[in-house]
Amino acid sequence: MNLTLQVWRQPASAANGRFVTYQVRDVSPDMSFLEMLDVLNQQLILAGDEPIAFDHDCREGICGSCGMVIDGIAHGGQRATTACQLHMRHFKDGDQLTLEPWRASAFPIVKDLVVDRGAFDRIIQAGGYVSVSTGGVPDANAIPVPKESADRAMDAAACIGCGACVAACPNASAMLFTGAKVAHLGVLPQGQVERSRRVLAMVAQMDEEGFGGCTNIGECAAVCPKEIKLDVIAQLNRDLLRASLR
Amino acid sequence: MAAAAIALYRSSIGKKAVMAITGIIGYGFVIMHMVGNLKMFEGRDGFNHYAEFLRTVGEPAVPERTLLWIIRIVLLVAVTAHVTAAIQLTRQGVAGRPTGYRVKRRVQANFASLTLRWGGLALVLFLIYHLAHFTFGVAHHDFVRADPYHNVVSAFSNPAIVGVYLIAVAALAMHLFHGVWSMFQTLGLNRPSTDRLWRGLAVISALGLFAGFATVPLSVLGGLIR
Repeated sequence: MNLTLQVWRQPASAANGRFVTYQVRDVSPDMSFLEMLDVLNQQLILAGDEPIAFDHDCREGICGSCGMVIDGIAHGGQRATTACQLHMRHFKDGDQLTLEPWRASAFPIVKDLVVDRGAFDRIIQAGGYVSVSTGGVPDANAIPVPKESADRAMDAAACIGCGACVAACPNASAMLFTGAKVAHLGVLPQGQVERSRRVLAMVAQMDEEGFGGCTNIGECAAVCPKEIKLDVIAQLNRDLLRASLR
Repeated sequence: MAAAAIALYRSSIGKKAVMAITGIIGYGFVIMHMVGNLKMFEGRDGFNHYAEFLRTVGEPAVPERTLLWIIRIVLLVAVTAHVTAAIQLTRQGVAGRPTGYRVKRRVQANFASLTLRWGGLALVLFLIYHLAHFTFGVAHHDFVRADPYHNVVSAFSNPAIVGVYLIAVAALAMHLFHGVWSMFQTLGLNRPSTDRLWRGLAVISALGLFAGFATVPLSVLGGLIR
């Protein structure tokens, strides 16, 4: 199949960007979206042009590196799918696609489709951890964890920090990400000691980074490749209000 | 406690909590207001007695209009806080994305949630008109202070005014369609097990309040109330 891509090209953070139109020919339906971009980049390199910069690492949908807004939807239109796991069979010959980076003041553009998601790292640094004693490996089941808590923590821990929630939110809010991290640790016994401190510090950092507030619209959860649910945001709200008012 | 409350308000979640709590106050008020409006079906005496009751409730323990003014002040503070927090959060959200997308498609968001802010602005403008219309009477063509029943009937005999009110209650219904569920989500009172309950309450509230508020103007226009 042949595709027309309109891609955001921006040489550097401080430089002005613009959309550039590219034709990609003979795209196999078995390629992933990133492989299709690899083919385009090969064409660009052979022609002596600068290849399109995009983030990627594992290409297995588990690392959270890749991500771009494909025709208006973060990671493209397939539910629970990262851009690297999005296959070209979902597109058809002659499609015109617009590729844009995540747009948020907290995610400055590094180059083309690559954004700096250091804001997420700083939110994690603010409290997204549990302090444990060093020493030998603890015995299994030394701390009993209710099955329901383990399941909820596991669901929240599926977050790969790709930033699609921020990209899709009309307010560029990071509540789904922060909620996932707070819920993941907050529902486990190991996370109780720092529970209040954690939520206060992480929300303060989230606001500090310049993310918008949540308006409960739910676009974040709808585009999340790991299907993190909105209930982590309710948990975040609950924990923050409780920690603030006690 | 005061310091904790100020620190909380500085966070986006604190502002949202203020929106939720003031929203609950407004939600409670509109339900009472809608039920009160239905007194129009009791005729001139019934409705005017109800209006008089609102002024004199609490007597003789407290002077006339004391409770009325307490409620008015609570509502005024609630509306002011709701709008202030909304403006602050909107500015934060706009600052969060200085450059928009060329192409942006919604995946699941409904019209009510995406237009919440515009609907809120429409409701504020309507509120000003509504107070000028039925409370102060300055926007009413034939206002009689002692006869609220007459004021309602003479206003809603005009199809244009009925149209304005229907649009306004539709905007209110849309606001609550997203807002009522949102209150519980924001206050952390929503869980996977209660999600359908609060969504359902929001839908019933929106439909019920629209039907209740639309009944009186339409009944006047249709000649059922005269």
